[in-house]
Amino acid sequence: MRRLWLLLRVALRAIARNKMRSGLTVLGIIIGVAAVITMVAIGEGASTMVQSQIASMGDNIINIFPGSSVGPGGRHGGAGSASSLTEEDAAAIAQHVPTVKAVSPVAISGGQVVFGNQNWSTSIFGGNTDYLAIRSWPLAGGSHFSESAVRGAAKVCILGQTIVDQLFGGLDPVGQTIRIRRMPFTVIGVLERKGQNTWGRDQDDIIIAPYTTVMKKLSATTRLSMILASATSMADIPQATADITQLLRARHRLAPGADDDFTVRTQQDVADIAGSTARVMRVLLAAIASVSLLVGGIGIMNIMLVSVTERTREIGTRMAVGAKGWHVLVQFLAESVVLACLGGALGVALGFTAAKLVAHFARWPILIAPASVALAFGFAAVIGVFFGYWPARKASRLDPIEALRYE
Amino acid sequence: MDGAETPLLLVADLTKVYGEGDTRVEALRGVSFTVPAGDMVAIMGASGSGKSTLMNILGCLDRPTAGRFELAGEDVARMTRDELAEIRNRRIGFVFQNFNLLPRTSALENVELPLVYSSVRGGEIAARARAALERVGLADRAHHAPSQLSGGQQQRVAIARALVNEPSLLLADEPTGNLDTATSLEVMQVLGELNREGMTVLLITHERDIAGFARRVIVLRDGEIVEDRSNDGGRAPRSGGGGTGR
Repeated sequence: MRRLWLLLRVALRAIARNKMRSGLTVLGIIIGVAAVITMVAIGEGASTMVQSQIASMGDNIINIFPGSSVGPGGRHGGAGSASSLTEEDAAAIAQHVPTVKAVSPVAISGGQVVFGNQNWSTSIFGGNTDYLAIRSWPLAGGSHFSESAVRGAAKVCILGQTIVDQLFGGLDPVGQTIRIRRMPFTVIGVLERKGQNTWGRDQDDIIIAPYTTVMKKLSATTRLSMILASATSMADIPQATADITQLLRARHRLAPGADDDFTVRTQQDVADIAGSTARVMRVLLAAIASVSLLVGGIGIMNIMLVSVTERTREIGTRMAVGAKGWHVLVQFLAESVVLACLGGALGVALGFTAAKLVAHFARWPILIAPASVALAFGFAAVIGVFFGYWPARKASRLDPIEALRYE
Repeated sequence: MDGAETPLLLVADLTKVYGEGDTRVEALRGVSFTVPAGDMVAIMGASGSGKSTLMNILGCLDRPTAGRFELAGEDVARMTRDELAEIRNRRIGFVFQNFNLLPRTSALENVELPLVYSSVRGGEIAARARAALERVGLADRAHHAPSQLSGGQQQRVAIARALVNEPSLLLADEPTGNLDTATSLEVMQVLGELNREGMTVLLITHERDIAGFARRVIVLRDGEIVEDRSNDGGRAPRSGGGGTGR
């Protein structure tokens, strides 16, 4: 133990003796480690936010869109461009797929909404009584529309918070009548605020109504924009997806080998897209970090070579009094590892600070993963060993006679 | 009794050749001598006589090209680098002309240095280093850096460092080369005293006055021994048994 301390003391003293030089040397490592920690914190924060938003989208959601999928991103924006889904499809799914907990036909329309002298253009989403439950979207006030309202295509609606803000100011909208495309609708409820979604869209800029109302009164269509379903559990999603696909293919009389005329997309797919984006970002971060740490490592190697040359006489003296090759090797290796670890520790501190600043000023959620801190620090230590080895080996192989004579 | 004992140093037909072809230099050409334990020998010679080469080999810093060299019965001529390092650590204490103390490092830590590389228990290191400093009369300078010490004091620290591992042989290479006459005397007295206490001392010098402190003088010229005589300078002649001189 004491011997180890004696070795370490030599390294620490050598570093302390050249504070300026040591500081400049480890700057590369500091910046590299800080960059890794800050960027990973930002990346992880974003990714966690995305994940939680995807989870907040609802309860094990399965989206069924009309039209075949072209690729990720698919037909979401083009709902209605194909019109293969019907109310009966939705009913059949509810009836025949056991892993599905709830199903809601969805009709989407849009238009001008007027209350008093205020007006606002928004989207109107039509669903059944389960629609908001599937989306895990509670009411802030008022009540949900009833089964009979759906059957009778009643002109009732539930408002998102943005609509409330835009049309009502401070007024309680429940019980008021608004005009959607000049038709009077009674406001029966108000949704809780959801905020922006992952892609920056305002989720509260929405009006919910019975789908029958939207189809008959607003869109004048018998086709659905989409079907929203929820699986009985996360684990049942793949089974439910397969069953729905099979059921719809049979109902639509699609020949084997023909493309689906609908697209089933689950929350998992969305999460996968977000996950693959995060992966790309991580690879990018790793590349940046590797380059800066590499540069830092070369700096350490450079200064260690200088240190070995400067201390040739000392090495000679140590060898004369009995230091073996490995003693000298370990001494210089310890110095470069201490340097690198010092850089690593300072880098961690700087990374933390930078991440906190980003969180504070850019209002960006950050997540400092302990694993990334450990990894960055560990990598710095490895850099110390890797780039310190050659100079240390050079020192350990010096000829004691020549080292003693070195001027 | 004298002859039956293994000599501390046994050198037989030692040669050392540097370079090859046109640049070939024979630094030592068949040097033979023995040194019994407890002796104090001066090796003299002009520069280029081969005395530095001989000192490097005797100090186990270098290996001979041919010939035998045994230190306390161990054949060290064919040892590896690390084995030689261990022999240096256990058997040899070096005193250099330019002291070779670690700069900006306290006297105590300088003296501790050989122990750091030895098998001495960690807890004993500081105590033994302190004792060695006391032996050369520098206990009160333990925490001074070399730059805060006079030349004579620095050389005494170096002697303490050479002693701390209780070596069999003290090898002093021009120990007074960088010192004035008065300080030289002081350092030589320390070495003489150590020899009287039983330490074998090998002195490399080109100064007759300094060689006068030794009991025996070996003179080298062009890589060969040209003179090997016991000193008649009136100093205590070697006692037969090689016991402590006191």
